[in-house]
Formats: sequence, structure tokens, C-alpha cells
Amino acid sequence: MLTLTCPHCGVQADETELSAGGEAHLKRFGPGSSEEELEGYLFARENPKGPHFERWRHAYGCGKWFLAARDTATNQVFGTYPASEAQPADTLRDLVTASRPGWMWRDFGGEA
Amino acid sequence: MADVVTMAEPLGMISLRGDHDGERLRSAVTSLTGTAFPERLRIEGTSERGLAWMSPDELLIFVPRQEAGAAVARLSGDLEGVHHLVADVSDMRVCLRIDGPGAREVLAKLTPADLHPEAFGPGVFRRSRLGQFAAGFWLEGQGARVICFRSVADYALALLRQSAADGAVGYF
Amino acid sequence: MSTRLSRGGRLIDRTRPLRFTFDGHRYQGFAGDTLASALLANGQMLVGRSFKYHRPRGLVASGHEEPNGLVNLGAGERMEPNHRATVTPLRDGLTALSQNRFPNLDLDVGAVNDTLLARFIPAGFYYKTFMWPRAFWKHVYEPFIRRSAGLGRVPEGRDPDTYEHFNVHVDVLIAGGGVAGLAAALAAARSGKRVLVLEQNGWWGGRAVIDDPEIDGTPAGYWIDQAVRTLEALPNVRLRLNTQVSGVHDHGYVLACEHLAENGGPRQRLWRIRAGRVVAANGAIERPIAFAGNDVPGVMLASAMRDYLVNWGVSVGDRVVVVTNNDDAYRTALALHRAGLIVPVIVDARSRPDGELVRQARDLGLRIEAGRGIAKVTGRRSVTGVKLCALAGEGAAIEEIPCDAVAMSGGWTPSVHLWSHCGGGLTWDDARAMFLPDPRRAPRGPDGQAFVHPAGSVEGELRTGAVIASGARAGAAALGEEAPATVSAHDAEEGPLLPVWVMPQGAKTALKRKMWLDFQNDVKVSDVELAAREGFQSVEHTKRYTTLGMATDQGKTSNLNGLAVLSSALHVPIPQVGTTTFRPPYTPITFGTLAGVARESLFQPVRRTAIHEWHQRHGATWEPVGLWRRPFAYLRPGEDVHAAVTREVLAVRNGVGLLDASTLGKIVVKGPDAGRFLDMMYTGVMSTLPIGKCRYGIMCSENGFLIDDGVVIRLSEDTWLCHTTTGGADRIHAHMEDWLQTEWHQWKVYTANLTEEWTQIAVAGPRAREVLAKLGGIDLSREALPFMTFVEGQLGGFDARVHRISFSGELSYEVAVPANQGLALWEALMQAGAEWGITPYGTEAMHVLRAEKGYIMIGEETDGTVIPQDLGLGWAISKKKADYLGKRAQERSFMSSPDRWKLVGLESLDKSVLPEGAYVIGQGRNANGQRNTEGRVTSTYFSPTFDRGIAMAIIEKGPERMGQVVQVSNRAGQPIAARIVDPVLYDKSGEKLNG
Repeated sequence: MLTLTCPHCGVQADETELSAGGEAHLKRFGPGSSEEELEGYLFARENPKGPHFERWRHAYGCGKWFLAARDTATNQVFGTYPASEAQPADTLRDLVTASRPGWMWRDFGGEA
Repeated sequence: MADVVTMAEPLGMISLRGDHDGERLRSAVTSLTGTAFPERLRIEGTSERGLAWMSPDELLIFVPRQEAGAAVARLSGDLEGVHHLVADVSDMRVCLRIDGPGAREVLAKLTPADLHPEAFGPGVFRRSRLGQFAAGFWLEGQGARVICFRSVADYALALLRQSAADGAVGYF
Repeated sequence: MSTRLSRGGRLIDRTRPLRFTFDGHRYQGFAGDTLASALLANGQMLVGRSFKYHRPRGLVASGHEEPNGLVNLGAGERMEPNHRATVTPLRDGLTALSQNRFPNLDLDVGAVNDTLLARFIPAGFYYKTFMWPRAFWKHVYEPFIRRSAGLGRVPEGRDPDTYEHFNVHVDVLIAGGGVAGLAAALAAARSGKRVLVLEQNGWWGGRAVIDDPEIDGTPAGYWIDQAVRTLEALPNVRLRLNTQVSGVHDHGYVLACEHLAENGGPRQRLWRIRAGRVVAANGAIERPIAFAGNDVPGVMLASAMRDYLVNWGVSVGDRVVVVTNNDDAYRTALALHRAGLIVPVIVDARSRPDGELVRQARDLGLRIEAGRGIAKVTGRRSVTGVKLCALAGEGAAIEEIPCDAVAMSGGWTPSVHLWSHCGGGLTWDDARAMFLPDPRRAPRGPDGQAFVHPAGSVEGELRTGAVIASGARAGAAALGEEAPATVSAHDAEEGPLLPVWVMPQGAKTALKRKMWLDFQNDVKVSDVELAAREGFQSVEHTKRYTTLGMATDQGKTSNLNGLAVLSSALHVPIPQVGTTTFRPPYTPITFGTLAGVARESLFQPVRRTAIHEWHQRHGATWEPVGLWRRPFAYLRPGEDVHAAVTREVLAVRNGVGLLDASTLGKIVVKGPDAGRFLDMMYTGVMSTLPIGKCRYGIMCSENGFLIDDGVVIRLSEDTWLCHTTTGGADRIHAHMEDWLQTEWHQWKVYTANLTEEWTQIAVAGPRAREVLAKLGGIDLSREALPFMTFVEGQLGGFDARVHRISFSGELSYEVAVPANQGLALWEALMQAGAEWGITPYGTEAMHVLRAEKGYIMIGEETDGTVIPQDLGLGWAISKKKADYLGKRAQERSFMSSPDRWKLVGLESLDKSVLPEGAYVIGQGRNANGQRNTEGRVTSTYFSPTFDRGIAMAIIEKGPERMGQVVQVSNRAGQPIAARIVDPVLYDKSGEKLNG
């Protein structure tokens, strides 16, 4: 049972107060996009054993969406941040790198 | 535990979404209730007249039931030209009272929220789950107040009463 | 024979006798007894029968690890099976029954399994035997397996007891209130952080008091009392007895089960704890040794025998042989000797035992046979003696020693469960013959740090001083602090243990068939060896093949011994064989405890509209829609559902009907960018909707599939109100917020889900206008309020918003009022419409009405693979808009294929109602030899209006095939012929709803 800190209201929310929303930082491809772009947007998902970025909604709390960087194997949480942020902050990425050198997640990470 | 759970008298409740940092919004609501503007996760005033922090851009405003309509109109006027959404939600939610020294434990039987006095003291307004329904709760008077959607009011009353009837845990 | 001694028993109150029955016999015990200690006090050693062979079984342990002493407790609806007698507090009037025997414990028919079949029920017996012929499965094998499966009886009737949950957040949770746990609590409490100490038994100090070492210069009991008093006085510490930590889960989520005293309140309480750190101070369990006849009642763990003596003043036997591979068992010998009982011999597997305790025993003149083992325990229902043998040999008896009990000790196994539940790794300690928590592979919390800290014997420490130091270290480490200086303790020096699992070491298979590993599931040394011979190498597979450790005790006394036997049979070291997985709960928890208060009327919230009770009073049968309850139909006396629905439909078509539509979602969307936002949400254009007008809208997912529909109205320049389906209200609101918060967070739009603020009532039928007009206050004329418009105002004194919209095909209004006025409006409408026979109608009539009109229903015509174009809703999709959610996906070749299944009506040629969900049969067969399909029925009803079955279906190229006859599958018989027709059957020109 995860506990994630909602960056909007500061509550350390029990997993049962949250609803999961799948992978974070998807780039939307609408009309005019290629078949490959659409396929990637709709269907291609990371499946990492290690650091992952995912969407959560504080459904039973403030109702806000946020993103979490979590290790899928150990459940270590590197940080949470508002869903409006296009990318994880450098400080967060550095945190991940510090404990998971050489991590890769799409085009984030990779730093040794 | 001599905790008594009852339905509170109907409250005037107004939902206001808008920028909490906006000066006009802050003065519009605080002049309406005569309270301070609530910090994150807090309530100022009481369920009779008060301001509860619902989310970073939402407040729940408590006024006497008969004033709700006028208050909505007044806020709409005061916030003319400011991006906001105000709605009378007096009929949408109900308020339940838990009166008694064990109110904290009655709630702790049902919510995953941290109700230790360090985390849940007077003035804290917490939204979470009570069993299987969404609720907001805070300490008021000689106990606590709970708000939830009207459709689950009967269930909420029965559930809270059962929790009170099951007696004290003796933890807090 | 076991008996109560005249003195001793620190937990019992001899002034408070309690009466109880076991298998109908009346007995007496004392307050403070467990059922087990009371049975022993009454000489009742035999407590059950084993699972497979129905062997007589006696108590082996004194605590939660007990494999044998399982009883049915209570009677009638309070009867509960599989209670461990060793942890069941005795109370006055308790009734218990032994299990797995027929007709009674002493004379058990099933015991033929033992005498006749023992050779023939080896490991994997079931797998090997019940395979063929296939025809035997149902009538021969299954009844046999069912009869022999499971221990105990299923409780009858509803459980009259109540249960509750309790949620707490603590910084440090300490699992176990022995000296390690108390030392940890004292260390952690200094910080002022929140500390919770949970102890599974009804007393503090664990087993320390049994052997009474000296702590800090005082007796252990005194130190324990002082520690508890100190902790109780601290405001940041909470302590609970009778509460067992059951499982440790991700991020420090811990479940614990508290057994409450009987005082009319809940019977058990499930603690749901969010702990920053967990100190696992839950002790160690003594291991049996495998020798022939080690399951005969009277053979008991050495520590348990000491527990019964010290805690409850009970002797298990008058002449007790002690068999051991370590020094600790000498404590039992010494304690028994001091109590005046006879210890004829201590059989020590070690060739030269020489610890402090050994010397004490020797000095007292106790006979010690070193380098020896037990060849066999004699006796069947109780021990009559033991035959000694050389440890190294095959088991030739050297001497037979009469005795009536055997105390055995194979060393101690740390209870690493709580460490391992959440992934903590183990390491094998060869010297101590223990699996220990590997600090390099600790369970990690959200911060990436170890969150479980082993303490005391969980860490492998068995001597008091080391246990206390370990506890203090763990308590401090839980808060990232240095361990405080700890108190000194004195107990005896101990010599090393000799890992001996099986005695004698050269035993042949015949002897190994008498050596039990798992007492409850009847798994013997020979079974594990057979599994190894048959090629099982993984311990997980061996476990399942032999059922070792799969009983209700989950192998607490048997797993390690089984592992050692497997390791030896496979000729690989123990750590290489590995362990099975430790899973919660630590001991079984009842379903009642897990459910808590969520049962019967509190099982699940039921959402009710403001008119619910009126519906109830007027014969409503209910349809669950999500958590809502909506009236399905209103049954009048003598009416069945079919008749009611027919009456309701005809009333709407011919007069006027009333529907509680309050559950429909109502989401207000406001802001300068609201129009632009709704144009993205809906396939149609909402930004151009004039104020005061209504427009039907459909929403798609980014995959292009239809997810919801409803009427959108424009309230003001920057404000819209979106109606959703009943099931869609919360989902669609979340969907809107998702896009607003993540993709278009710079857009100025606010939403509010106001579904429950308003009651909404549909007034439908040719007389609808007249009914509303009678309430008065709003001009409802065709000119003032044409179809797809709305108006706000006072309707008969109600604060109303009247929408001229229709889901029935009739002249229809939907009136929204604040929910607290809902019931009054409903009753006012009933009264106003009385002269036209106004009729409340339910969801089934609503469905029939909309199907007659060819309106789709989300969840009927859609199933997550249907796009609006399939349903003839192209008119609700803007061709001009550059973008909306799902637009790009709808351009995919598969979505725009002309072969897609599309919406049509279907009329059975025989006027019957087509089966729900039936397929339309196509030409030929697919690769699997199944008939091809070319469509399916999505909605099907009896239509009172047309007096025949009507249906909607999606069929390949359906709209191009009007008039064709297709075959519809029918599980009840031959396919049914049906004609493809226009889905709109009623009022095709729309005269009525526009009227």
C-alpha cells in the first residue's frame, strides 16, 4: 500500500485516497500526426523495472493530478510534482541518478 | 464512549473556485464570513460561518442556510471580471455532527488519514475517505463535523453511529 | 500424565476457577489459563487427529506456532474452526470440540489411513492417484477429496459478533513486547516520536520471565514491569497486548489483529497502521527434531514444557526424557527437576556438551547421554518410553527408558516473517543454524531506506544481554540514532549447538516413515526424500508436492527441518536450497475482521436520490446503477415486472409519465476558455451554442471510442452545464479535470460537479405541458420554450430550470430544482398530473421508450470498441473542427473501414423478443471451425407500443442492408430470423417531441 505525498495539498496520501492514471509525460498527438506518432501516443508504454514516472490523482482529497517518480521494483519514491510540469525537474532527476546510476526512462536519465 | 452522531441542521454551503492568491477573491470571501483566509488544509471560522480550504483553487464557504442565495449573488458581483466559479452547493452535501470526547476515534476507525492530534488539531480541515465514501471533516465544538454527499447521508449516519457504538479504542 | 502442580503458574489465578467443556466432557481451569494449559491440567493430552493419517495428536507448543491443538470453538452461529488451543484464553463456559475425527477423538474411523494406508499415501499421492479415468472425477474422486479436505467445520449462520478497524500513523511500530521489543521502545521513545508497541500475548516480556535471567541487577520480571511502567507514562508511546502484527506491507503499511475482551463490543479489531519504521521483535520459535514417533502425544517442544510449568503450573509428564542438540533444552531439564519431576535422561546429540547449564545438570546428578539419539518413541496414544541409540548409527536400540513425555529441542528459528513479508532477504548462519535477516537486503521504504529493523531473537540473539542490546540498537536505528547504552544482563553461558535434524543420522527409510516434519499435514522425512528422488529440486515445488508447511500453521515448526532434509537429500547446502516465501498473515485472521463494519446494511454505500423513500413506498423494484439505486419499475399490487413496465410505457405514450432523472451527471464548466475546452471534450461544437439552448453531445476517448453522452446547455456567456450519464458523472468530471490540469493547464476553465445539488425530474408524454402549466409560473408554450431550449424561473414556487429535452420521443420536459425541494416537486407533479393519470416510470420503461425511438444508450450500444460513426451519430460530430479528443484515432483505417458493424434496428419475423447479446450469424466458419458472426444485438425489449419484440443491433454494413433477413443466434434453440430495419420506430418525423 503506497503512500504518496500530494504536491498540491501536502497530504501524505494513502493509496486508497488516490487513483492511478498510468504513465506520465505522454505527448499528445492529434489530427495531422503520423500513424507512428499516434501509435506511440496511444499504445507504447514504458515497462521499467526501476525508476518510473506515473500519474496519480488525489481523488479522495484535493482532487488534483500529480506525477510521481517511483522505482517499480523497490517502491522508492524519488519525488512527486504537479501534473502541469512538462518534465521532471533537474533536481529530481539528479536524485534518481544518485541512487540509480545509469537509469533510463524514455529520453530522461541515462546519466551515469 | 458517549459519542452521539446526528445530522446537523442544514448549512449554507458555497463552492468557490478561483485563484487563492487573488486579492479581490480573498477580500470578497473574508468580508463575507468575517474570518481570516484559510491556509492549506485548514478551516477558519465554523460551519455556521467559515472558510474551508478544499484544494489549491477551491474553497467551501459556510454561511447560515438562508443567506446562501444572497451570498452567491454577492460573490458573483464582487468577482465580476475575475475568473472564478461560484455555486450554491447547500443541497449537494450534508453535515453530520459527532458530539463527544471520542469523535477523533470514531473517525479514525474509518479514515486512512492521520488523526493524531499533532496532525489533526483544531482548525485542520481534512478531505479523505470514511470507509467507502468521500468526506471532509474537522474538529468543532465538543466533537467533530463531517460533510459528505447527500446521496450517502443515510449510509454515513449509520456507519458513524456504528463506529461510535462500538466504543472507545483508548488510543488517542 | 499431564497434571496441575500444587504450586506455581504465574499467569493463573487459582482463586478464580472456570468451567469449560472439551468434546462434551466437563473440565475446570483457572483464570489466566489457555485452553491448552487447562486441557493439560486435566490430563487431556490428546487434542486432535492429523490431517491425512488421522494419527492421535497432542500439543507440541505453547504459543502461536502450535500445529496440532486446533479446535472448533463455540457453538451454533458462534462456532469457529481451527482455533489454536494454545492461544485461546480460557473463559467460563467455553465449549470446544476436537477436529478431524469420527465419531470421536479416542475412536477414530479415519485412523485406518494410518494403519492400512500409511505406506500408500506418500508425497504427491493425490496428484498421482486422482488422474484417470476422467469419468471418475465427479462421482468418485471429488466426493472423496471433499470429504477429506479441510480441518474443522464451517460456521453456521450469520456471525453475531462485530469487528472494527482502526487507523493509526506512527513513527515507529514495535512488533513484539518481549525484552527486545521493550528495549527497542525505550530507545525509540527518547526521541518524542510516536511509538506503538504491539504484543501478541496477554503479557509483557515474552519468554524472558520463564528462565528469569538477571537484568540490570534485578530479576527479569521486575525489569519488565519497570520498562512497561516507564513506557506507559510517556505521552508519545502506546502499548497494546493481545495484538498480533499480522503483516508488513509496502511503505510501512502494517496490519495487526487485536483480540478484545468480551464486553459486548467488537470481538476483534484490525489495526491499519502506517508506520515510518517497523522494529521486528517478534521472537523465535523452537524447532522439533525428527525421530521416529516424534508425533506421539506427549512429545513436546522443550521450551513449551517449561512454559506450561512456569506460566500455568502444569506438568506435561511425571517422567520426562529431554532430547536436544543444544544447551537451551537443559533449562527444561533443570526446571522440571526443580519442580520435583523426574528427568530420567537427557539425550544430547552432541558428543561433548559442556556449557554452564550442562554442568549444572551434571552437578545435580541428572543423567546425560551424549552422542545419542532417540531411535523410537514407544506408545501410540501417549508416550510410554523411548529407545536410545547412537546418533551416528542406523538406530539399533541400546536401551529403553520408560517415560510419559519427551521434551525435544532442535534449536531456535528466528521468526523472520515480518522482515521478509515486504521483501527482506535472508542469510544463512552456519554456526547457529539459522536464517537471519540480511541487513544488506532490507525491505525499503519510500525514502529508499531500510524500514524494518530486526531485534532480539529475530536477529538471532538468544541470550538476554544480547537480546536487549539488539532491541535497543533496532529502536534507535529506526530513528537514525545511535544505540543508547544498555543494561547488563546475566544468564548462563551456552555451548554451541550441533545442527541435527534427523536422528539417528543413518536411519533407513522405514524409520524415516515414522519421523514427522509437519505434524498438521502429516509430512514425514520420507516424503521430502521421496520428492527429492522424484526430481523436485526447488523448495517451493517440494512444498506443494508434499504439502509441507501448507497447513494452517504455515510450517512455523516444520519449514526449516523440511528444508534441511531436502538439502541433505539433494546434497546441496541449506542456503542453496533457499526458503519458501513468507506471506501475511502471520497467523490466520477471520474474514469478519478483514471486513470490519462493512457488512449487511453497511456493506457498501447505497446512493439515494431525494425521492428514494417515495419510490420505496410506491412499489419500486430497484436497479443498481453504480452505487445508485434507481427504480426499475413501480409494481402495483398483483403486478409483475412485465405488466408494470408495459403499463408505464403506455402511460407515457398516451398520457404523461414521471421519471426521477436526478442521478444524471451535472457538471458546470465556466471560464473564458470554457467554450474552447468543451469543443475539445465533445465531438460536436459547444462554443457556438446560444445561451438558453440545449445541444446533444458525445464524448470520446483519445482512442476514438464513445465514452459518454448527454445534453449540454449554455447558462451564460462563459458558463455551460454538461449532463452526463448516471455512471459517467464522476468519471467524466475526473476526465475533464485530467485534461484541464495536465494538458491545457494554462486555459482558464473551472469545473464543478454539481450532480447532487439538483433533483431532476423528467415529465414526458402528450400531457406533459398541461401538467407543468398547472404548476404555473413559466411560459411553456411551443413558441416560448421550443424543443432543445431551457428556461430558469419559478415553477409553481420552485426554483426551477426547465429543459425541453426528450429521451422518450415524447413531448418532454426535464425540471431541475435544488435537491431539498426535489420530493416536494415530485409530489406536486403527481398531484397536478392526477387528472391525466400521471404515472411514475422506472429505468426499464425509460429503456423501452428510448429504444422505440432509436436512441442509443451508453453501455448498451457501446462497449468500449464502438465509435460514434458506428451508431449513426455522424451528425453530432463536427466536420469543421480541427481537433477534438478522439478525432485523430477515428481517422485510423480500421475506424473508417466500410465493413464496420453499424447500428440498425432488428425485427424478429415471429415478433418474439430476440435474446440479449445474441450474435448475427455470418457466412462460413473461422479458422477455429466456429461460425462467423457479422453483428450482435445491443438492446432488445418487448415494445408495448408496437406489441412485439424490438431490438437494436450493430451489423456489418447494416445501414446498407435495410430489409434483409438475417439469422440471430439463440442458445435456447434454433436461430431466429430477423429483418434489418430503421432503428427509429417511433415518431420518425419528430412531430411528437417537437409538438
